[in-house]
Amino acid sequence: MSKVIYIFGDDISTDAIYPGRYMATVLPTETPQYCFADYTDLNKKLVAKEYPAGSVLIGGNNFGCGSSREQAASTILGHGLVVIAKNYARIFLQNSINLGLNLITCPDIEAELGDEIELKGDKVINKTKGKEFSTIPLPAARMAIVNAGGLVPYTRKKVVELYAKK
Amino acid sequence: MGMTIVEKILAKASGKASVKPGDVLEPEVNVAMSHENAALVINQFNEVFQGTGIEPKVWNPERIAIIFDHRVPAESSKTATNQKKIRNFVKANGISKFHDIRSDEGGICHQILAEYGYVRPGYVVVGTDSHTTTHGAFGAFSFGIGATEMASVWSLGSVLNVEVPETIKVVVNGKFKDNVYPKDLILYIIGKISAQGANFKAIEFHGEAIRNMPMSGRLTLCNMSVEAGATSGIVPGDEETARYLKEAGVTDKIENVLPDADAKYCQIIEIDANEFEPQIALPHTVDNVKPISKVDKVKIDQIVIGSCTNGRLDDLEIAAKILKGKKVAEDTRMLIFPASWSIYKKAMKQGLLEIFADSGAIIMNPGCGCCLGVHQGALGDGETALSTTNRNFKGRMGNPKGDVYLCSPATAATSAVTGFITCPEKGVN
Repeated sequence: MSKVIYIFGDDISTDAIYPGRYMATVLPTETPQYCFADYTDLNKKLVAKEYPAGSVLIGGNNFGCGSSREQAASTILGHGLVVIAKNYARIFLQNSINLGLNLITCPDIEAELGDEIELKGDKVINKTKGKEFSTIPLPAARMAIVNAGGLVPYTRKKVVELYAKK
Repeated sequence: MGMTIVEKILAKASGKASVKPGDVLEPEVNVAMSHENAALVINQFNEVFQGTGIEPKVWNPERIAIIFDHRVPAESSKTATNQKKIRNFVKANGISKFHDIRSDEGGICHQILAEYGYVRPGYVVVGTDSHTTTHGAFGAFSFGIGATEMASVWSLGSVLNVEVPETIKVVVNGKFKDNVYPKDLILYIIGKISAQGANFKAIEFHGEAIRNMPMSGRLTLCNMSVEAGATSGIVPGDEETARYLKEAGVTDKIENVLPDADAKYCQIIEIDANEFEPQIALPHTVDNVKPISKVDKVKIDQIVIGSCTNGRLDDLEIAAKILKGKKVAEDTRMLIFPASWSIYKKAMKQGLLEIFADSGAIIMNPGCGCCLGVHQGALGDGETALSTTNRNFKGRMGNPKGDVYLCSPATAATSAVTGFITCPEKGVN
């Protein structure tokens, strides 16, 4: 069971998630410090580790629009946050899958700050409101990457097969 | 059943007779482009080979392009160290399409790929930059990916698990009003269909206004297709594509990939090129678009002309024509970023840089830094920029307390003289 720690509107860009001015920092071990850097209070609390892993961010439509910067996925992953949004922009969604960040697509989600959320199978349960919401699962091709533990191990397996043939 | 351009390209690149939207493929890649974020790609690439006992080796060094453009020359020791790491990797792997921070080969990645004729009709192009959509201007399927996905491409030579996108057909009939430019068209389209209107879809551009549009404008259209969420923008190859590539020194035969007459589109949008005036995207989303006559008299602190969207020679020519013999308004500063050093030098020979310098504009070296707020040209608290770049997200130009408006080079240059958002006069081109 996890709490909603922030509610975003539509079109949250990768510049909002990870501002361009920190793009010289690339390593997943270093990107979490700048997570939502321009949302000063949220960033401060994340960096101070006030939110336990599994805490929930609620997004609207087109979450993660904009740049291909992978930092936007690794910075959220580094804090162990769960994102539940109506839908996502393509590159951010793919980057998240590739790194193993769990993005939940939940078109009808209703939640307020502090609500207790539970993920159960293909449902999001808002315990505070006593409501259940359906999620849209990833297509099988993307699930295959998630199930492999991300794109690095998925590709590694293919590389080994490829070189075995040579 | 007929196929769209993207369907045909993906079928060929995957060794299939035909494909349809939703099919999952592993298309072979013709060009794999990165900029400074190649530093992260290198990390992930080495991770892929970790523990396999296989020596990390890129699949084809001739098909990888690396161009330094985001923070040039380096703004910090961190960037400089990453650039050094990339140079070493380039040497060790024999990567041939490498463009360092040099005035005889450098520039913004999307302009370099175009100028050097690296992209041909029918190619599959991937880049670790969302504006990789730009190269659809050559009739290629070109899309942005993340660093880990690029590491996978470097390892295998194909993109894994690509879903064939549906295609939106945009038909632009007729001729533009004479103060309206391709930038206004793409802003108009994004305003119409929204920032997510083309999410997970490709956009094919057709019609008289597109056929008559030089490559420069087609690059602008496809560049900003991603701002409507599109996986790729794409313009069918024609005589203009062949002309541009010939000038870029391409000698091999160009084979255009054209859509079938019975290709299936998920949406068809018809636009009369004459139906709109110059457009402005207001803060803080690119789809917050209004015709310029409906925009208030906004005072501008910083004008920016340039970038991968609008830093080409014809963009600078228009700006110079407007600025000739005039001064940038007293309380406004103006920055000009040519998209490449080749353009910079042409503008120098044509006397454009002199016109800019006499007007009070600052001429910067080609690069992306200002557009995304990583290197020079940051806004102060409460300041407003009017820019020919492609994004106006909150914080984009280095300061979340600043506002960015987007427009064409003609609108930017006209507004530089007055100091507030001003419609370019008719007949300026």
